[in-house]
Amino acid sequence: MKKVGWTLGVFAALVLLLAIGLRLNPREVPSPLIGKAAPPFDLPLLQQPDKRFNEKQMLGRVWILNVWASWCPPCLVEHPVVTRVARAGLAPVIGLNYKDAREEALPWLERNGNPYQLIVYDRDGRIGIDYGVYGVPETYVIDRQGVIRYKHIGPLTAEVVQQKVEPLVKELTGR
Amino acid sequence: MISSFFAPLITGVARSAAGFCLLATLALHALADDASLERRALALERELRCLVCQNQTLAESNAPLALDLRGQIREQLAAGKSEREITDYMVARYGDFVLYRPPLKSTTVLLWVGPFAFLLGGFYLLARVLRRRRIGAPQLSDADRSRAAKLLE
Repeated sequence: MKKVGWTLGVFAALVLLLAIGLRLNPREVPSPLIGKAAPPFDLPLLQQPDKRFNEKQMLGRVWILNVWASWCPPCLVEHPVVTRVARAGLAPVIGLNYKDAREEALPWLERNGNPYQLIVYDRDGRIGIDYGVYGVPETYVIDRQGVIRYKHIGPLTAEVVQQKVEPLVKELTGR
Repeated sequence: MISSFFAPLITGVARSAAGFCLLATLALHALADDASLERRALALERELRCLVCQNQTLAESNAPLALDLRGQIREQLAAGKSEREITDYMVARYGDFVLYRPPLKSTTVLLWVGPFAFLLGGFYLLARVLRRRRIGAPQLSDADRSRAAKLLE
């Protein structure tokens, strides 16, 4: 009887372990960038190639950086959520157009609407590498001191916004 | 007269031959450099994970990001960076996960020790089962033995 209990216990523990493992998302690799300064960039704007923008211009403000591309289907999926976040006016949402072509990105915005305060254009993905981007879309919350506080990999969902992004932004802005 | 006529031609030929030799050695040198660079780049790519496909190395993967990162490796090697500097560059952006051989840290102890712990546990159980089986075999005392011998007579 004792032996049966033992075996059952070990079996249950194993099942529990595997169940937890199955629920984890292997795509969500913890980013080493959390708590570190947002990597610097100085990029042309998507819509106005002659103008440039760098991350220092956002110092003193809590902001959201959303990495997207017109060739990325999940970006289209998360687009309504990003739009809602931007409309709510919680924090400025800056877009980083990743490894995209202007002539495709601009019509995409026209078709789906442009929720971004402004969009920087990372043609060769160099800045994406600095931000550790490996699966567009990715979303970063950056605080007043320019430190990355949160990173979400994959499409932003209403739950993620409600449970993570919104509370964090509110806490950081002190609202 | 003749020699003076041919002299410029000869020196020209000699010069261009020398030039050609110089170019050839330079090209060979560059090739050798390229080859060693390529070898080092490949060795590094086999140590680094492609984060898009996760179970492939950068060397095996053809994901666009893997191509970019391979380009980065070559560029940085050509710029004189060491292997260590390049892996640090990757880890700073993508975390330890990018390393195919993760470092032994407090967060990765289970990863390194776990399989051996399971193996030891398995050996322990096996030993226990085997011992019990041996004990389980009928053991005859001397009295039993002599009784059996008597019955058989």
